[in-house]
Amino acid sequence: MMKPLVRLENITAGYNGEAVLEGVRLEIFPDDFIGVIGPNGGGKTTLLKVMLGLIKPWSGSVEYAGDPMPGTLMGYLPQHTDLDRSFPISVEEVVLSGLLPRKGFFTPYRKEHRLAAQSALEKTGINHLLHRAIGELSGGQLQRVLLARALVGSPRLLILDEPVTYVDNRFEGELYELLKELNRNMAILMVSHDVGTITSYIKTIACVNRTLHYHPSNKISEQQLAAYNCPIQIITHGTVPHTVLKKHS
Amino acid sequence: MDNLVSLFSYEFFTRAVLAALLAAVSCGIIGTYIVSRRLVFISGGISHASFGGIGLGYFLGVNPLAGAAVYAVLNALGLEYLTRRMNIREDSVIGILWSFGMAVGIIFIYFTPGYAPNLMSYLFGSILTVSAGDLWFLLTVTGVSGLFFLVLYRWIVYMAFDLPYIQTFRLPVGWISYMLMVLMALTIVVNIRVVGIILVISLLTIPQTIANIFTRNFGRMILYSILTGMVASLGGLMISFYFDIPSGASIIFLLSLLFILARGLTALLSGGARGNIPDERTEEEAGKIFIASE
Repeated sequence: MMKPLVRLENITAGYNGEAVLEGVRLEIFPDDFIGVIGPNGGGKTTLLKVMLGLIKPWSGSVEYAGDPMPGTLMGYLPQHTDLDRSFPISVEEVVLSGLLPRKGFFTPYRKEHRLAAQSALEKTGINHLLHRAIGELSGGQLQRVLLARALVGSPRLLILDEPVTYVDNRFEGELYELLKELNRNMAILMVSHDVGTITSYIKTIACVNRTLHYHPSNKISEQQLAAYNCPIQIITHGTVPHTVLKKHS
Repeated sequence: MDNLVSLFSYEFFTRAVLAALLAAVSCGIIGTYIVSRRLVFISGGISHASFGGIGLGYFLGVNPLAGAAVYAVLNALGLEYLTRRMNIREDSVIGILWSFGMAVGIIFIYFTPGYAPNLMSYLFGSILTVSAGDLWFLLTVTGVSGLFFLVLYRWIVYMAFDLPYIQTFRLPVGWISYMLMVLMALTIVVNIRVVGIILVISLLTIPQTIANIFTRNFGRMILYSILTGMVASLGGLMISFYFDIPSGASIIFLLSLLFILARGLTALLSGGARGNIPDERTEEEAGKIFIASE
């Protein structure tokens, strides 16, 4: 039996005295590819924040698998719209920031760190933008930079928050192909509001709407969603890649 | 020229020049952090609130700047603490601290028996009356900031850019944010003698805005800000000395002129097309090698 990378046990969490998540249980194993779906405000992002240690749950526990060096267990891709794009920082620096725990507090980056940053940028296809300031990038390019930052530490679990919002359709297809390949070496947990598009890539589904219902398959019906108290629409079902529906008309 | 050299035989003038240079260095460093993290309003609030500490200093008969330092640091730490709590309207809190500090200052000065000397010099700066003690205070804060940024440069920049991401490493980094707030408050206070409470914010923002026209690199922004600040503060000192106007005002006036000049020149040279224009072509090229990892 494999040991889970992250184990959430009976998590209750929220803001300002109002519970957003209640009694949530989830185990993430090394080869998982979980799609986290649910309505807006249902607690998807809160779930990620608890998992990443950004907010403390009111009750319950979060356990991590052996994590000898901080920052090597989880790689995180936040929504890039939360970032200030006029901040004076280059693409290379953003990716290097993913290696801060390796660098330590008082020592400089070494050559191996810079090479790792370059190869992460190669993976996401933008190593030619290494020395650009992020203010000069398009939304899709910035998303690739942030994905490279999440990958640079070779995490065992990749956590993505709505990775295809505000990016073009082509990037969406390429991203899913890349994730599929990355999933050979790492677990992936991806938040998405678009079930139809992701079902052909993910392996299992977690429906989050205050409570969490784990669905151990990538096929899910409207009836099951209703039973899980997860009122979202399925746009397509089991689509093959590249027949991705247009989003945000 | 001889005239200028002979000025240095006056101790007060030498001190003023050193203060101008140190002001440029300290504000160049901390101001870059303030501008990058968009803390301009917070620092404006802290500098005005520190007037409360100045009033308290007068009332207690201690150095008003010492009072201002304590008051400003407490305000800064309080703000950093509050901004970490989600349900606080940060700008409203700053507005309250800002005006409350000014009110406290005026009340204490009113209660202080006799006349409060140099009150105007705290509001608008008076670089020609900088004392040796003021200078040591300025030098110490500048030195500590410089060292702090030199040693922890990457942590400071990356935390300023995306704090939640750095927090996912689950490392003890909170003290860095608090230390930066303390340095910010102290930098504001030590520069009160140079440009005054009301004008110090400009020394923390205008050089950075000028620097940002020419670079999008945090480290270079610090360097260019320091150089711009030095030109403006030394030039402003000369103007202040020869035309007998307050140093703070002449420094800020010169800085603003430099900004207009720099902005105008770059706009002329590039036809006004400088800015955040994404390069869509490279996006296309990038797509072709996106899945090149196999």
